[in-house]
Amino acid sequence: MDIITIRKDFPILEREVNGQPLVYLDNAATSQTPRQVINTIVDYYERYNANIHRGVHSLSQEATDAYEIARKKIQEHFNIGHSHEVIFTSGTTHSINLVATGFTSFLKKGDEVLVSAMEHHSNIVPWQMLCERTGATLKVIPMNLEGELVMEEYHQLLSEKTKLVFCNHVSNALGTINPIQEIIDAAHKVGAAVLIDGAQAAAHIQADLKALDVDFYTVSAHKMCGPTGVGILYGKEEWLKKLPPYQGGGEMIAEVTFEKTTYADLPHKFEAGTPNICGGIAFGAALDYINSIGMNAIAQYEDELVQYATEQLLTIEGLRIYGTAKRKTSVISFNIDGIHPYDIGTILDKLGIAVRTGHHCAQPIMDFYQIPGTVRASFSFYNTKEEVDKLVEGVKRARNMLL
Amino acid sequence: MTIPEIQEEIVDEFSMFDDWMQRYEYMIELGKSLPLIDEQYKTDENIIKGCQSKVWVHAELEDDKLVFTADSDAIITKGIIAILIRAFSNQKPQDIIDADTIFIDEIGLKEHLSPTRANGLVSMIKQLKLYAVAYQTQLN
Repeated sequence: MDIITIRKDFPILEREVNGQPLVYLDNAATSQTPRQVINTIVDYYERYNANIHRGVHSLSQEATDAYEIARKKIQEHFNIGHSHEVIFTSGTTHSINLVATGFTSFLKKGDEVLVSAMEHHSNIVPWQMLCERTGATLKVIPMNLEGELVMEEYHQLLSEKTKLVFCNHVSNALGTINPIQEIIDAAHKVGAAVLIDGAQAAAHIQADLKALDVDFYTVSAHKMCGPTGVGILYGKEEWLKKLPPYQGGGEMIAEVTFEKTTYADLPHKFEAGTPNICGGIAFGAALDYINSIGMNAIAQYEDELVQYATEQLLTIEGLRIYGTAKRKTSVISFNIDGIHPYDIGTILDKLGIAVRTGHHCAQPIMDFYQIPGTVRASFSFYNTKEEVDKLVEGVKRARNMLL
Repeated sequence: MTIPEIQEEIVDEFSMFDDWMQRYEYMIELGKSLPLIDEQYKTDENIIKGCQSKVWVHAELEDDKLVFTADSDAIITKGIIAILIRAFSNQKPQDIIDADTIFIDEIGLKEHLSPTRANGLVSMIKQLKLYAVAYQTQLN
């Protein structure tokens, strides 16, 4: 991988922050956008901006074609059986809510929903709401101090009462790669459906959804070099046919009279209203970009970078890393004894280094470790060892100032 | 000293520094001299919402003047609240209500004034003024 050439694709990496060259290490929150994707967005608005699936005119047809080509690219990238199993959404949160709302009619009192202990708030709240609506019980798959799910406990929690299992592929707060194949297979044995949140994984791990045999999988484009406000829900055809529509509106209908409406076929049944057309097309361009570099090359490079960063950070006295799973990717969450993560983040920002501080929308994990939050550095393939060195220097400097 | 006089004094102190490092180091020093809140007032209801770190503030009327004490679990936040308390503590509630906060901008902490900033400086100012409003009502 030629990092120097790759970095030139990202205009934002050339800017300065607080008078210092930007070191962007908040990729787990949102990744940066290459010129190829930005150009796709500009091209759409300059040449063929039109509403899709309804106009007979040429622009509408061009926009529809581009949007559907993007859907196919997503289908191929994630090895999905049918393109109509790819539902465009505004992102992972929307995707999860679509499923959680749809499951309302499938659950009853006494049923159980399992979620992992290392979930993002967006992955906890919709299930809590689902359980409140239906009387089902929410149970938690615990984790250990390394930040790994306790799989023995998971297997014990599973029973014929379990209707749905929910887990992220990669933890956004800790970077743990969860054993999702084992989770899926075991859930299927008791007849439970499985939704895997791939938001944090998609930019780092190539997921083969057919091989995984997962029921639902969610992705957000903005975590993989695409624009914000667009993502997908993958659902197995049989599930998507069973689930009721999520929102009513244009595009999702077949026939409407005041007496009765019949719904459109997949995927349109779940795509009410004018979608984020440009966003969907740009998501396709983002996948093209990532695939031009290659997922394997990306994963290998990022692993080396995270390994290097881990070693270097651990040379700092009093620094503790949260999330030391055997299988992890792209995220290092840490604290320094006696220093609040917010203070470190503030000093790093002054040095032009962008990290996230706080609870990372995963309050239960912070409660588990009994800390107010962490400093999280998260890496992408356009980051360099020199940037890791700047981070380490910055943390050392912050430590000297703050202790 | 009046609030504007104290604010001017703080601005003068900060104007001696050439770069952000020195300003932050001074702020951290100020944080260490913060009049600490009595442990009994370090309750959840005294936490200021909207801050990424925890900030507790307590207000008490001494004669006709309002006295603030505070604490935070983050040292930079402690420095910020220390600056605010230095400007507003031991003042009449009405003067606190009327005071402006442009001096924060002038000491080079402008970025902290943005309402979307996670440190909650705006919430802190609002809370101090709310106390002043409450005690002013009581005095009337």
